[in-house]
Amino acid sequence: MKHIFFCFAFVCSLLLPAACSRAETTETPQAVLTVMTHDSFAVSEEVVKIFEEQYDVTLVFLKSGDTGAALNRAILTRNNPEADVFYGVDNTFLSRAVQEGIFEPYKPSTLADIPEEFTAGLAGMVTPVDFADVCINYDKAWFAERGLAVPKSLADLAKTAYKGEPGNGLLVVENPATSSPGLAFLLTTIAEYGEAGYLDYWRSLKQNGVVVVNDWETAYYTNFSASSGRGLQPMVVSYATSPAAEVVFAAEPLSDAPTASITGENTCFRQVEYAGILKGTTQLELAQRFIDFMLSPVFQEDLPLQMFVYPVNPAADLPEIFTKYAARAEEPARLDPVLISKNREEWIAAWSRVMLP
Amino acid sequence: MVRGLVKAFKSSGVLLWGAPLALLLVFFFVPMAAILKVMFERSGAIVFTDTLRPLGFTFYQAALSTVLTLLLGLPAAYVFARYDFPGKHLMRTLNMLPFILPTVVTAAAFNALLGPRGWVNLLLMQITGLQVPPVTFLNTFTAILVAHVFYNLAIIIRVVGSAWSQLDPRLENSARVLGASPRRAFREVIFPILRRPILSAALLVFLFDFTSFGVILMLGGAGFATLEVAIYSQALHFLNLPMAGLLSVMQLASTLIILLLYGRVSHGEDVPLFPRLHGEGTRKPRTLLEKWIVASVIVLLFLFQVLPLLALAGRSVIRVEAERGQRTEVQAGFTLDYYRELFINRQQSIFYVPPSRAVVNSMRYAGITTVISVTAGTLLAYALVKRPRIRRWLDPLVMLPFGASAVTLGLGFIIAFNGTRLSSTSLPWLVPLAHSLIAMPFVLRTIQPVLASLPESLRQSAAVLGASPLRAWWEVEVKLISRSLLAGGLFAFTISLGEFGATSFISRPENPTLPVAIFRYLGQPGGLNYGQAMAMATILILICAISIALLERLSHAFVGND
Repeated sequence: MKHIFFCFAFVCSLLLPAACSRAETTETPQAVLTVMTHDSFAVSEEVVKIFEEQYDVTLVFLKSGDTGAALNRAILTRNNPEADVFYGVDNTFLSRAVQEGIFEPYKPSTLADIPEEFTAGLAGMVTPVDFADVCINYDKAWFAERGLAVPKSLADLAKTAYKGEPGNGLLVVENPATSSPGLAFLLTTIAEYGEAGYLDYWRSLKQNGVVVVNDWETAYYTNFSASSGRGLQPMVVSYATSPAAEVVFAAEPLSDAPTASITGENTCFRQVEYAGILKGTTQLELAQRFIDFMLSPVFQEDLPLQMFVYPVNPAADLPEIFTKYAARAEEPARLDPVLISKNREEWIAAWSRVMLP
Repeated sequence: MVRGLVKAFKSSGVLLWGAPLALLLVFFFVPMAAILKVMFERSGAIVFTDTLRPLGFTFYQAALSTVLTLLLGLPAAYVFARYDFPGKHLMRTLNMLPFILPTVVTAAAFNALLGPRGWVNLLLMQITGLQVPPVTFLNTFTAILVAHVFYNLAIIIRVVGSAWSQLDPRLENSARVLGASPRRAFREVIFPILRRPILSAALLVFLFDFTSFGVILMLGGAGFATLEVAIYSQALHFLNLPMAGLLSVMQLASTLIILLLYGRVSHGEDVPLFPRLHGEGTRKPRTLLEKWIVASVIVLLFLFQVLPLLALAGRSVIRVEAERGQRTEVQAGFTLDYYRELFINRQQSIFYVPPSRAVVNSMRYAGITTVISVTAGTLLAYALVKRPRIRRWLDPLVMLPFGASAVTLGLGFIIAFNGTRLSSTSLPWLVPLAHSLIAMPFVLRTIQPVLASLPESLRQSAAVLGASPLRAWWEVEVKLISRSLLAGGLFAFTISLGEFGATSFISRPENPTLPVAIFRYLGQPGGLNYGQAMAMATILILICAISIALLERLSHAFVGND
C-alpha cells in the first residue's frame, strides 16, 4: 500500500515542474534570435529593445559559464547549434574556435571602419566587437605614501626595489591554468622575453615574492590593497579599465580613482572579443543583422559601462568616466593567435613547474 | 483490482526503486556516457603522469578533512542528541547554514574573518601595533581543511545526531546498571549501534571533500589541485577534452571503489531497535564534566561555523575604508547602502535582477528539488532496506553521481539533450533536476540507517491493534523516521539553495538563482559590487535560516513537540 502512495507522490513531483514549464512557454509568433555568450556579458535594456523593434524579433541570451565553458558548449553542439550567434570568443581561443569550424563566414560592410589591428587575419570568419587590455593595476596611495616610483616595465618588476617578503611580495597574479587574465599576463611575458627567456623572468619575479592565486576574484578582492578586500599586495593583474569601474562602483562618491594601470610598452596584453554566426543557424539573415548591429555606434557606445571594455569602432564616443579613469596600453604585447593556440598548454605546464612546485 | 496491483508492487518492488533509477539513468548515466564518449573522440594529448599528483592530493585532503570533521562532529552530535541547553534550536539552525553557501561566498566569509584585512587581523594589529597582519590563513592547506570542516559539520551532526537521538536510552542505562563504566557502555553498546550512521555520514563527508572544487580553487590557492580542479582547467582553459575525460573517469572510478569498500565495511546485521520519540533521551547537563563538554562544543561550533557567517554579514553593513595613505588604520562605518543599491538597476542592464526575483527563483528550485529528492530518496531507502539482495549493486549506483565532475556532467547535459525536448534551452526545470541528483544520495544516506533499524514488530503490533497498513505505516514508521526525513529534506533544500556549478551551466540568465546573482556582482571591480555581493549573500543566509526554522517547527508539530 505504501508503495502506491510513494509512486503517486513521485509521479506528482515529476508532473509539478512539467506543469509549470508548460505555462511558461506561451507561443509568440515573433522570430527569436538566440545569442550564446559568457557570464560576464551585459547590455542595456534600451539597446536590446532598439534591435528587437527594428527587426521585429525577440533576442534571447544563453549564458554558459566563462569564455572556455561557453566555447566548449558551442563546439560540442556544433552539429545542432543551440544559438544563432556566438559572442565573446577572445584572441587566445580564436584560432581553436575557427579550427573547430563552428562559424559561418560573414563580413559586415562596416568592418572597413574598424582599425586593421582588430580585423587582420580574420578571413571574414568572426567580427571584432570590443577589447580590453590586461594590465597591472596599482594602489596609488600605497606608492605615494612610500615615495616609491611606480614600475614602468616588466623588467622593473623584477628589480630589488620591488622585492617583498617571500610569498608576500608587491604583485599578485592569477594562475594561467585557471584564469584568463592570468593567461593574458603569462602571454605578455612570453611576448616580451620570448620562449627562451620568459621562465627566467618568472624565476626572478618569484624571488621578488610574487603571489599566485587561482582566480581574478581572489586576486582582486582578497589580495589587492586598493580594493574592498584591502589585501597586502599593492599591484594586481587586472584590466586597464578596472580603475574606471572602481569609480563607477565606489561605495561612496570618489573624486579620483584609487587605482591606476601600468600601460607602458609591452606590459599589457590586448584581449579582443569577437562575435560570429554559428554554422547551421536557421536565422542567417537576422544573425547577420545582429552582427552589423554590434558594430553600430548604439551598441558600441553601450559596451564601456556595461562590461568595462573598449569598443572597436573608433566612431563610438566614450563615456567621460572612461576618458578620465580607464586606460589603453600604449603598445600592447603581441603574440600570433595561431602560436598561442598551439603552445598554450605547453607554456602553462612549463610555467607551473617553475612557479607551483 | 487494486488489491492485485498492490500485490504485484509488493512482490516485485520494482516500482520502489524503478522510478528513482530511471531518473538517474536519464539525468546521470546517459549524459555522462555521452560526454565521455565525445571527450575521448576529440583531439588532445593525454599525459597519464600528470594525473597522479591531483589524484594523490584529492585522496589526501579528503581523508584528512573527513577525520577532522569527525573529530569535531561526533562530540557535537552527542551533545545535540543527549543534552538540552539554552539556544539549542538556534544552534541547530545555524549549524546547517554553511551548507548553503556557494564557495565564492565562503571564500569571502573567511576573507572577512581571517583575510589580511579581516576582523581578526584588524583586531590583532590594533592590539599589538603590528604593521603586518599576523595571521596568514588564505591560500594555505589549513584554509582548505577548515573550510571543509565548516561545510560538512552539519552532515555529521544531522546524520549521526538523528540516529543517536532515537537510540533507546534504556540500553545504555541497562549497561550501566549491569556495572559497565560509561566508557565501556559507549564502546560496547552505543558505538556498535551507531557504527552504521557514523560510516554513512563519514562517507558523505569524504565524497563531498573528494570532489571539492571551489574551496580548493579559491581558499587553497594555486598550489593545490584536486581532480575536479584539474578537470576544470583541462576542459575549460586548455580545451583538452580527452585529458578532462581521463580525469573524470579516474574520479568516477575512485568514487566507485570507495563506495564498494564502504559497502564491505558497513556490511552487517542491522540491530533492530525500539526507537524513542524525539526528546525522550535528552536532559540538561548535570555534572561539571557534562557542562564542560556541552560548553566547549558550543564554543567550537560558534568559532568554526557562526563566526565566519557573522563576519560576512558584518561586511554587508559595515563599510571598511582605509584612510588614504594610512593603510594600517582602517575606519569602519555602518551603512545600508549595499542593500539599497541591490534594488537599483543603475547600469540599465537587461540582466539586472531584483533580489526578490532571485529569492523567488531560488526558493522555487529548492522546493521542487526537495520534493523530488525526498520522494526518490525515501523510495530508494525502502528498496535498499526491504530488498537486501539488490542493495549490493543499487547502493553504489545511486551514490555515483557524487563522484561526477560538475563540469563534465554540465557538458554532458548539454550534449545529451541537445536538440531534444529536454534541452536546457527549453527546460527551465532542468536546474532542480540537476540539484536533485546531488541531493538524492544525501536523503538516502540520512533515512536508510534509521529505517534499517526499525523493528518489524512495531508495524505488526499496529496491525494487530487494527490499523490498516497505510495507517500503520503513516503513524508508526513515518513518525519514527520523520527526524531523518526532515534532515534529508533540509539537506536537499539547502543543497539546491547554494548550488552554483551546475546552475551556472544550465540556468537561464533571466532566471538566476541567488548564488548566480552573487557571482555576478563579484565579477567586476568596485566597493559597491563587493558590498552588494555580501548583502545578497546575507539575504541568502537569512532566507535559509528562516526556512530551516520553519521546517523544524513543522516537523515538531507533526511528531509532537519535544
